[in-house]
Amino acid sequence: MDPVVLFFILGLAAGLAKAEIRLPGAIYEFLSAVLLLTIGLKGGVELAKQDVLTLAPQVLLVILMGVALPFVAYPVLRAIGRFSRADSASIAAHYGSVSVATYAVAVAYLFSHDIVYEEYMAVFMVVLEMPAIVVGVMIAKGISKQTQWGALCHEVFLGKSIVLLVGGLFVGWIAGPEGMQPLKPFFFDLFKGVLALFLLEMGLIAASQVASLKRYGVFLIAFGILMPLFSSVVGALLGLWMGLSLGGIVIMATMAASASYIAVPAAMRISIPEANPTLSLAASLGVTFPFNVIIGISLYHQLAEFLLSRGAS
Amino acid sequence: MAVEMRKLLTVITEASIERQLIKDFQQWGVTGYTITDARGKGSRGVRDAGWDVSANIRIEIVCNDALAHQVADNMRKKYYDNYAMITYIADVEVMRSEKF
Repeated sequence: MDPVVLFFILGLAAGLAKAEIRLPGAIYEFLSAVLLLTIGLKGGVELAKQDVLTLAPQVLLVILMGVALPFVAYPVLRAIGRFSRADSASIAAHYGSVSVATYAVAVAYLFSHDIVYEEYMAVFMVVLEMPAIVVGVMIAKGISKQTQWGALCHEVFLGKSIVLLVGGLFVGWIAGPEGMQPLKPFFFDLFKGVLALFLLEMGLIAASQVASLKRYGVFLIAFGILMPLFSSVVGALLGLWMGLSLGGIVIMATMAASASYIAVPAAMRISIPEANPTLSLAASLGVTFPFNVIIGISLYHQLAEFLLSRGAS
Repeated sequence: MAVEMRKLLTVITEASIERQLIKDFQQWGVTGYTITDARGKGSRGVRDAGWDVSANIRIEIVCNDALAHQVADNMRKKYYDNYAMITYIADVEVMRSEKF
């Protein structure tokens, strides 16, 4: 097992045992900023090597996926989970959006398996963040004048993750592969170390969701595992259709399967305040994130290999 | 030095609505406030500031009696239903009363 995943498990175990460890808040902020910038920079460097316009159709497809996934999740949550309209819409939005940390773990996974992938896919992550949020808000409220779209856009587009990802993309794109050389030791070589520390803290945070999971029960756990499995197939098929490499398909599947726990919760708090944040976080952070990190990504790898072998025969 | 009575309005709530609240304060005529990060436990569970969504803030506003009650009432109407929020008002003595 990849050592970064072991760090996550360490955090999880320490959190469950109620051990007294915790990274200072400022360090957690710093680590997540470095991760976001690194992923952006990697994507930007890759973008500099190719014609950006050729990506447009792929970007459009990815946005469509972000719009479609909440529409699949919502009826399930509403009918089987028996959640209120607001809660179902909010959870659905979490699952249509992406988790950068999960993406980072997938990148680390591919790296340690010597699998190349299309590094410009960081662009897809940027565009995947927003559509599900809009869909979630519309499901919950209709196209209502009450929704403060301005405040919502501000929250999402000027939120930490988009600004640093897009910022990194631009810096990497403008600087190009050679320009980035001097920064390589800090951003690229340290990536796994930063990710390991970040995942340690994530394990602790995920463990703190256990209490809510106990309260809301089996459905959320089942949903938190089955929904990403379903989404990963959608993502992998889309990646296959787009003609991505093996690594690219794994990343697409991972992005589709991941559920947001930073950008979307903040946006939902503002635009669907009546939705209970404990529910969506328990599912996305307490179940889906650990599932994807520990088991999911290697499953998506097998899925991608299976699809490619079928395509080839 | 002359000492006068003012009200201290304290609000403990979710960090995620900080920006919105500040905008509201301006509309409601609040001229100054102090915000600090906070942790604690209440009816909405442990708010341990582990990361963004579980972070709490404490806002302190010193102002006259009428404004303090007006702001507290506005907040009750706008936020109590859906957000973790506690407000309380206390008497405080201030110097340089023209500031509040």
